[in-house]
Amino acid sequence: MIPAAFDYARPETVDEAVRTLADARGETKVLAGGQSLLPILRLRLAFPDLVVDIGRIPELRGVREDGDKLVIGAMTTHHAVIHDPLVRQYAGLLAEATAEVGDPAVRHRGTLGGSLAHADPASDLPAVVLALDGELVAAGPQGRRTIPARDFFTDYLQTALEPDELLVEVRLPKTAAADGWGFHYEKFHRVAQSWAIVGVAAMVRRDDGRITESRIGLTNMGTTPVRAEATEAALVGAAAEPDPVARAAEAAADGTHPSSDVSASPEYREHLARVLTRRAVLAAARME
Amino acid sequence: MTDQLTDRVDQREVGRARPRKEDARLVTGQTNWTDNITVPGLLHMAILRSPMAHARIDRVDVAPARERPGVIAAFSGRDLAEGLGSLPCAWPVTEDIVLPDHPPIAVDEVRYAGDPVAVVVARDRYAAADALEAVEVDYTPLPPVLDLEDALADDAPLVHSDKGTNRCYVWPLATGLNYDEVRARADVVLKRRYTHQRLIPNAMEPRAVVVSPQAASGEYTLYSATQIPHILRIMLSVVTGVPEHKLRVIAPDVGGGFGSKLQVYGEEALALAVARKLGRPVKWTESRSEGYLATHHGRAQIQDIEVAATREGKLLGLKVDLLADMGAYLMLVTPGIPILGAFMYPAIYKMDAYSFTCTGVFTTKTPTDAYRGAGRPEATFAIERIMDELAAELDLDPVELRRRNWIEHNEFPYTTIAGLTYDSGNYEAATEKALARFGYDDLRAEQQKRNESGDAVRLGIGVSTYTEMCGLAPSRVLRDLRYAAGGWEAASIRMLPTGKVEVVTGTSPHGQGHVTSWSQIAADVLGVPFEDVEVLHGDTLTSPQGMDTYGSRSLVVGGAAVHHAAKKVVAKARKVAAHLLEASEGDLDFKDGVFSVKGSPEARKTIQEIAFETFSSHDLPDGMEPTINAEHLLDPENFSYPHGTHLCAVEVDTETGHVRIRSYVCVDDVGRVINPMIVEGQVHGGLAQGIAQALYEEAVYDEEGNLVSGTMADYLVPGAPDLPEFVTDRTETPAASNPLGVKGVGEAGTIASTPAVVNAIVDALRPLGVTDVPMPCAPQRVWQAIRQARAAKEATV
Repeated sequence: MIPAAFDYARPETVDEAVRTLADARGETKVLAGGQSLLPILRLRLAFPDLVVDIGRIPELRGVREDGDKLVIGAMTTHHAVIHDPLVRQYAGLLAEATAEVGDPAVRHRGTLGGSLAHADPASDLPAVVLALDGELVAAGPQGRRTIPARDFFTDYLQTALEPDELLVEVRLPKTAAADGWGFHYEKFHRVAQSWAIVGVAAMVRRDDGRITESRIGLTNMGTTPVRAEATEAALVGAAAEPDPVARAAEAAADGTHPSSDVSASPEYREHLARVLTRRAVLAAARME
Repeated sequence: MTDQLTDRVDQREVGRARPRKEDARLVTGQTNWTDNITVPGLLHMAILRSPMAHARIDRVDVAPARERPGVIAAFSGRDLAEGLGSLPCAWPVTEDIVLPDHPPIAVDEVRYAGDPVAVVVARDRYAAADALEAVEVDYTPLPPVLDLEDALADDAPLVHSDKGTNRCYVWPLATGLNYDEVRARADVVLKRRYTHQRLIPNAMEPRAVVVSPQAASGEYTLYSATQIPHILRIMLSVVTGVPEHKLRVIAPDVGGGFGSKLQVYGEEALALAVARKLGRPVKWTESRSEGYLATHHGRAQIQDIEVAATREGKLLGLKVDLLADMGAYLMLVTPGIPILGAFMYPAIYKMDAYSFTCTGVFTTKTPTDAYRGAGRPEATFAIERIMDELAAELDLDPVELRRRNWIEHNEFPYTTIAGLTYDSGNYEAATEKALARFGYDDLRAEQQKRNESGDAVRLGIGVSTYTEMCGLAPSRVLRDLRYAAGGWEAASIRMLPTGKVEVVTGTSPHGQGHVTSWSQIAADVLGVPFEDVEVLHGDTLTSPQGMDTYGSRSLVVGGAAVHHAAKKVVAKARKVAAHLLEASEGDLDFKDGVFSVKGSPEARKTIQEIAFETFSSHDLPDGMEPTINAEHLLDPENFSYPHGTHLCAVEVDTETGHVRIRSYVCVDDVGRVINPMIVEGQVHGGLAQGIAQALYEEAVYDEEGNLVSGTMADYLVPGAPDLPEFVTDRTETPAASNPLGVKGVGEAGTIASTPAVVNAIVDALRPLGVTDVPMPCAPQRVWQAIRQARAAKEATV
């Protein structure tokens, strides 16, 4: 558990961080909270030449409103996200799911941006941001650009970020209970600290007992987080009741390509996706 | 023994939930773990390990590593072979056992992924780890040997080609009537196969060793995170040739072991050999993932178990055929672990015939050895699982079936079919108490309701009664089992001139709280304050004699030895007191540390005063040595036999296969309790580890023999959120074989809980046609078992 030697930089502004990334030669890793990166370094699964620690850049932390969007700084810790009143009001799904990440130590050090940029399909937050129709803002030498969550996660541990780009904030459309939104994150794992075998992030909007819109993100059902699109379509107009929801949830695994590991075969994951989607959607639909 | 040795002792301390003396230091980090120890000029050792399960080593070139910055030396296995003997196996269980050579570092062939192949020594840990990358090794892959049954096939590839077989030994035991004849007259014969997955012990503190040589004297001080400093000293002396009297072994603070530090490891021998070669102090500390490969594993057995019974549920006979995975080499007690279980399959039950065979098998995996319970959890699991199956077969309540077969409290001492003599116990009392606290009847009613309504979440109730043999061990029994060492324990007590007390013990605590419990025992016998007692242990210089800590032996043997030694101190003090008070010994009372003359209470001497009088020695009785210090070496006359009844209720989500433990009640009888808080802690930890086997933990290998569950991300150790609130309770039937009446508690929770959980899961799913779920009962496995049972049901309709 001894990492190989690497150079270390600790920029104090986003501009300086971007310049550091742009000027870097060889492999570079951004240290955003270290809850995934440090184990990888210590197990010698990665040998970066440079580690850029963005932990001391104040502008990357915090939550603010921007019209109908909620803006969360990439370096906002999980703990801060869980307890932020704006997040709880306008992105309750994120608060609920973040409370399920790791353990208290992980949640005090790990960050939202770090988790998203790491892009582990078994992590909870990528599927959640996908279900929230989030956008990710990257800063690079040419300025800033906004990447929809749908386009951000490109492959296993791969994102649309360029090597000289830094994820700086996450923008989420506000989804409030007053507008009929209910949500639930259903995480299925073997021990509290282990990754999800499958997770389902469900956003459900209701009007007069019927589902008018739903967005369902799936954790660990492929090399990237995915949306359960067939189920989403089937839910539109359905009564927010067990039978119609169960019928729609039968399609939850359609089009997914889940992996196989010690805990689950692809077939079992597909089964879980159907059961857990039914439960997540029902819980979201029943939310007061 | 004099009369004084059997005097009644006022128990002011024994039985009190004293906070542990050790804890303030341990929990504030003011600790002395081996990895914290540093000495001037310390070098750091790193070990390159085989990435393959089985391969011939064609070439090892360490020269490039020597060129790396900070590197002092690098060695291949061949460089170190001279001066390093084979690592010891102290338990050759049969005369014709296959005992392969076990070099501390591989020379010609690697036999498990993790087998050491090269050593680098550098100025710091980082440099050593970096330089490992520069060592060049050429391997020719050889076929891995992974499956126990395949390994025994005639054409199987061999782990040790020079031995001509992967069969390490066959160890039979047949007692009572002829099993086949008994079987022939049975109404019911049930046969099952159970598999114990491989487990990785997870002590909080990884292994570490520091060796400090003193060049002028040729002496070596070796610190190790070990359970067995005394045995280690002897064995390392044999392996390395460092004379025993020139080797001091210290086990400083040791953060858990669970059997994994009951071992003589290659790294300990390597550190000593390298320190000797370089004349410089050397440290090695394993990482967690390195430990997963190189610290011994546990369990890994396949059990074919058969019971023969009458229709009324009376057991007639039991037959067990065991395949036990030795792994690649025989380590300190590897072959003996399943044999410890051999005597426990009959458990608390009476029967007429017992037949047992264990076949030890070599595989190209990490060697196995003791892991909490060591053979006894495996035995208890198999008998308790099949008792539930028999109950289902006979349509009997599983508690009732046990009741019809267990030894009744008025039958003790009872010699079991396996030949052990259980000294005491009361299975009825423990079971009644457990049933009451569990709410057994109410839970059965709820279960029935859920079954009838077809609830997707089923309720299951698991029963596990158990006993175990603790207090290892009578030395003559160990001789009969072909174990190389004895089972005695040493204690000595020094009364210091100022009245304070030093207790020196041969046990070697690594989390058990011996300092606290031994203080309580000594304080009561001597009549001194608890705070005035210090306990010295774990250093072959200060506690030169001992057999160390494992097998729930420390209190039963070592604690009892402290009791005896303290009694001897009081007996000597009595002589001095009689002399000083001009009274006869028989006229003296001794209470709360004060000798007084019967009838004239003002004539008194405290034991502290006597300690000073013997220090000055100005006025001792004629012929008396100037000391009241005493020593006692205790060879136990019998094992001890804790027992208990554990009840577990689980909710099984039949849609996902997820298991939630809803409630867990255990009533353990560990004899007299010295410190209830420590006992409670032992039970909690034991339950967690036993539940972990039932639900979570498994060392998984791929088809090439690589350890897949190589980190804690994949090897699931449960935490507090994953475990239920435990309801623990006790009955107290004193052990008859030691003066304290204690039985040992270190392994009880682990032994009893695994079958309780699995029995509960199967009980929940039996109405669906499920009769077993392999461990660990991970959600996928439970889901598959349900699916298969449903498919089978549909096929027969």
